[in-house]
Amino acid sequence: MIWFKPSILSPSYADARLGWGLAAAAGLAAAILLLIVLLLLRESWPVLQRVGGVRFFADQGWYPAEEMYGLAPMLWATLAASFGAVLLAGPLGVASALFCRHYAPFSVARLYRRMVTLLAGIPSVVFGFWGLTVLVPLLAQFQPPGASLLTGILILALMILPTVALTADAALAAVPDAYLRGAAALGLSRGATIAGVVLPAARGGIISGVLLATARALGETMAVLMVAGNVVQTPTSLFDPVRTLTANIALEMAYASGDHRAALFVSGLMLMGLVIILAAAAWRLSGGRLHG
Amino acid sequence: MTSTIDMHCRPATGTPADAYTLGPLQSGPSCCDPEPLIRVENLSLSYDNKPALAGVTLDIYRGCITALIGPSGCGKTSFLSSLNRLTDLIPGCEVEGRILINRQDARAPDLDVQTLRRQVGMIFQKPNPFPLSIRRNLEMPLREHGVRNRSELCDRLERTLTDVGLWDEVKDRLDTPALALSGGQQQRLCLARALALEPSVLLMDEPCSALDPLSSAVVEDLIQRLRGRYTVVIVTHNLAQARRIANYAGFFWVRERAGTLIEFGRCQQIFEEPAHDLTAAYVSGARG
Amino acid sequence: MAKYGLFSMTITSNLDRFMTLAIWSAALLVAAAFLWLLGDVLWHGAAHLSWSFLTEAPENAGRSGGIGPILVSTLMILAVAVAAAVPLGLATAVWLTEFIRPGSSFGRLVGLSLDVLAGVPSIVLGLFGNAFFCVYLGLGFSILAGGLTLACMVLPIFIRTAEAGLRAVPADWRNGAAALGLSRGAALIHILLPAAAPALAAALMLGIGRAMAETAALIYTSGYVDRMPSSLSDSGRALAVHIYDLSMNVAGGDPNAYASALVLITLLIIINSTALWLAENLLQRRIVTA
Repeated sequence: MIWFKPSILSPSYADARLGWGLAAAAGLAAAILLLIVLLLLRESWPVLQRVGGVRFFADQGWYPAEEMYGLAPMLWATLAASFGAVLLAGPLGVASALFCRHYAPFSVARLYRRMVTLLAGIPSVVFGFWGLTVLVPLLAQFQPPGASLLTGILILALMILPTVALTADAALAAVPDAYLRGAAALGLSRGATIAGVVLPAARGGIISGVLLATARALGETMAVLMVAGNVVQTPTSLFDPVRTLTANIALEMAYASGDHRAALFVSGLMLMGLVIILAAAAWRLSGGRLHG
Repeated sequence: MTSTIDMHCRPATGTPADAYTLGPLQSGPSCCDPEPLIRVENLSLSYDNKPALAGVTLDIYRGCITALIGPSGCGKTSFLSSLNRLTDLIPGCEVEGRILINRQDARAPDLDVQTLRRQVGMIFQKPNPFPLSIRRNLEMPLREHGVRNRSELCDRLERTLTDVGLWDEVKDRLDTPALALSGGQQQRLCLARALALEPSVLLMDEPCSALDPLSSAVVEDLIQRLRGRYTVVIVTHNLAQARRIANYAGFFWVRERAGTLIEFGRCQQIFEEPAHDLTAAYVSGARG
Repeated sequence: MAKYGLFSMTITSNLDRFMTLAIWSAALLVAAAFLWLLGDVLWHGAAHLSWSFLTEAPENAGRSGGIGPILVSTLMILAVAVAAAVPLGLATAVWLTEFIRPGSSFGRLVGLSLDVLAGVPSIVLGLFGNAFFCVYLGLGFSILAGGLTLACMVLPIFIRTAEAGLRAVPADWRNGAAALGLSRGAALIHILLPAAAPALAAALMLGIGRAMAETAALIYTSGYVDRMPSSLSDSGRALAVHIYDLSMNVAGGDPNAYASALVLITLLIIINSTALWLAENLLQRRIVTA
């Protein structure tokens, strides 16, 4: 009896081939990110080489036709809009998640969670459109022209709220029941349990969710483009119209060429850098897994 | 009581009064054969550099039922999985030592594991039929091993289902989902699925412990009837069961944080005249 | 003792009352904003929605007429994205779950790069798509270029969801298949992929939903042309781009923008609900019966 004869035709070899094929596919999927970075570098290289990186921060203003490439006002606008949106959406999102897990009756919680999930699926262009037709005119009655950093913040906050709420909800769900039972056995009230036990236990997940939401806010284009007014200036008040880095790309790619186009790729690189920093922070916090 | 072994060693064909028929013997000795089919020499096993099993040496005899007993976590299941190289699938699992099956090195790097596993079948603690129909559960592995002939497939299907006493229960619903069967039926289906591949050795990891007492008895009867035709290695926590069905028994215990084989011998000897104090304490229920 | 107990009780109940109030008002605020948005789109959109709106070509820069060619372009872009992302994504997900050892550095690298890719702003993907697909590969403003750009965007979402689905398949079946001497390929085709099918479908739906909602990545890849596309190398305007164009660049385009937004939201709600339903119900049912 000859038992285990390995042969070229045996399934083990087919498995090895399948493994290599799949690994190649995975490598290709991973290479897309590298390709994006390389291409952004390649396209922005001419202007980076001629003008240098510093002037993108140092130049007074963005006048590409006159070779003034100051991205600083738009960078500030981007940061201000994102920061404001996170400031609003963070607490609201965590409160929404707490509402679902600990306050609402079961049926209400289910309905509410479904609503938040649907809200997460609404396209940014619809948020922007609604902001433009409803929010901007409303605000213009108090403080013309209406399209401003504030409207940008409000719309962005509404947009990233589901991200915060859903990740916080998942983090709250992951808090072991034993903690809750332990807190109840000590006679802690609901508020004290949440403040003292639940939130500290879910802190990591909540913070990484907020970081994810920040990344989304930084990278969002359409919603802010449509409601924030698009004037290149460093914001000094909430009612100033502003233009973010993303909106700038969307507005000017249509006609940009030469160094101007390359400068837009530089701003793309800058956005990419911001997002990678945030992703790295969230990655560290969540212990190696971001999405899904 | 000296006749116990002989009584256990009756031919697997059984009497006509038996509820289950295994049909005529096709291969193997009519009963236990003192010739070792599997030789394990100095087998050690570790998970992520934490030893789980150390220095196990034992012979498993052709056509016999060998029971492995001992408390939980003493490496019995790890030992079983190393025989069909299922340990290959566990990340961080390192095996050392020699395993010879039918005088061939089962740990050879160039060995075709799929052929090995076809020859060394395994039944798990929790019945694990695939989420397919009853028919496809049996036919799919056969097709993958190159049995494509329709009449041969039908033939084996009926034969193995009859062997495990399931044919009459399921012959009218072969195309319904296997997961709709009861736990005992599922376990018998898994046994039939393994038998259909015509293995020489069957490894069983507590095959009855997830079943209710009635189904458990049915499966135990079935294992009895495999004697002679198959070489069976069974891990069980049920000492009475081990005593009822096994020809040989091995007793595992944890020593210095790693499982090891304390004693191995004829079933009767292990249970009635254990050579080791630990064995004596365990089989009498004083420890473990 | 009793005094202390009473004292602390009043404190906690004040905190409790405040928190309950704050959380209920936050939830109501969010719900109100959501209903306002949805109600507004529904109210204004439904007024202009009709069968002919869905089938006719846009006229007068979209102020009148319908969105027929735009729906066709959208579907073609999605088809390209799905055709490119699904095979690559499925292969990667299978490799990540079934073939690598946990902790393998290549696996971690792939995972990390996918996670970062998921975070790349869509306008940056649009820049990339424009430079790579349109200019470097010479595809020009085309449905093909737009679809491939979207494929890059949905790939991480698809892979991560599919991966989670495959991981949810009980290990019993993997061990059972291995113990029967089945090859990994056979186990995948006959057992693992069918068992994970609902999750894979959910992953697909999530990917489609994300792609359909996208605007920024498409403006400079698939372009603005609102005529009926005749091939994949034609430029085609996606529904989301249409809404953007009508509201920003076309005075008096709002009524049709509302109707288009209603169509887009309805499609997305259907797609995302299907994904949710697939992920929650079917997967659970299959695995519970095991």
